[in-house]
Amino acid sequence: MEFKTFVFYFLSAILVFAALRVITSRNPVHAALFLVLAFFTASGVWLLLQAEFLAMALVLVYVGAVMVLFLFVVMMLDINLDRLREGFWGYLPMGAIIALLMVGEMGLVLGGNYLGLFESSVRQAGADESNVQAIGRLMFTEYVYPFELASVILLVGIVAAVALTQREKRKNKSVNPSQQVFVKARDRVRVLQMPAEKRD
Amino acid sequence: MLTLSHFLILGAILFAISVVGIFLNRKNLIIILMSIELMLLAVNMNFIAFSHYMQDLAGQVFVFFILTVAAAESAIGLAILVVLFRNLKTIHVDDLDSLKG
Repeated sequence: MEFKTFVFYFLSAILVFAALRVITSRNPVHAALFLVLAFFTASGVWLLLQAEFLAMALVLVYVGAVMVLFLFVVMMLDINLDRLREGFWGYLPMGAIIALLMVGEMGLVLGGNYLGLFESSVRQAGADESNVQAIGRLMFTEYVYPFELASVILLVGIVAAVALTQREKRKNKSVNPSQQVFVKARDRVRVLQMPAEKRD
Repeated sequence: MLTLSHFLILGAILFAISVVGIFLNRKNLIIILMSIELMLLAVNMNFIAFSHYMQDLAGQVFVFFILTVAAAESAIGLAILVVLFRNLKTIHVDDLDSLKG
């Protein structure tokens, strides 16, 4: 067996195991950590496919940001685990049937390829330009408008997340005009009557 | 020799596992969100495999955009989850019946 093939099978075994543990583990924290493992091994598989930039981006964006967010949320929420798990295995037959159906259909579609339609006719990427360089060139020329759009989507995500989770009203000192026009003088000024005292 | 089908079948297995995950954990919103992330990973795997075997970098650019959108989606999803938990004190899917659907 070729070394690359061995690495592929090794990584995909870990990947499938981690994915199975994500969906079956009792504790959501364990599920999140197994998802981190799955992302790491997936980035390894992507390195086999010479997608270095995306492998690094997967580790940085997913493991570094998204999964940390997941872990924070899981630890912030106080979850009743037993209630969440009730009827867990009861859904297995239905889910397994649908999954087998999907694997079968995809296998039918992809089965022709297994006979080697795409085999070995692949030339390796040119050594004159790295993957990062090539993607950067493509992204900032042909895909520059989608790239800008992606940044707008991220901005919308930031604003939406902050606006959703903001706990109390903003602490600014702006006045409410509708309340202001109804103010009467006696609400604001109180006239006190005090008798004058004599000096000793 | 690694062929395209190896990677496509790995992606198919991952996708099926995450579909089963949505079915098994239909009471637990957090695991459902994680299964969606896993599903996107499987799709990205297909994209990268095709991009490698067809020698077309557009697939990898597409994966980059999917990563961006998925990050924004999970941030908003978790924010909604936090607001939900703050209001209802639960993330049990059966309790989310205010709309009587």
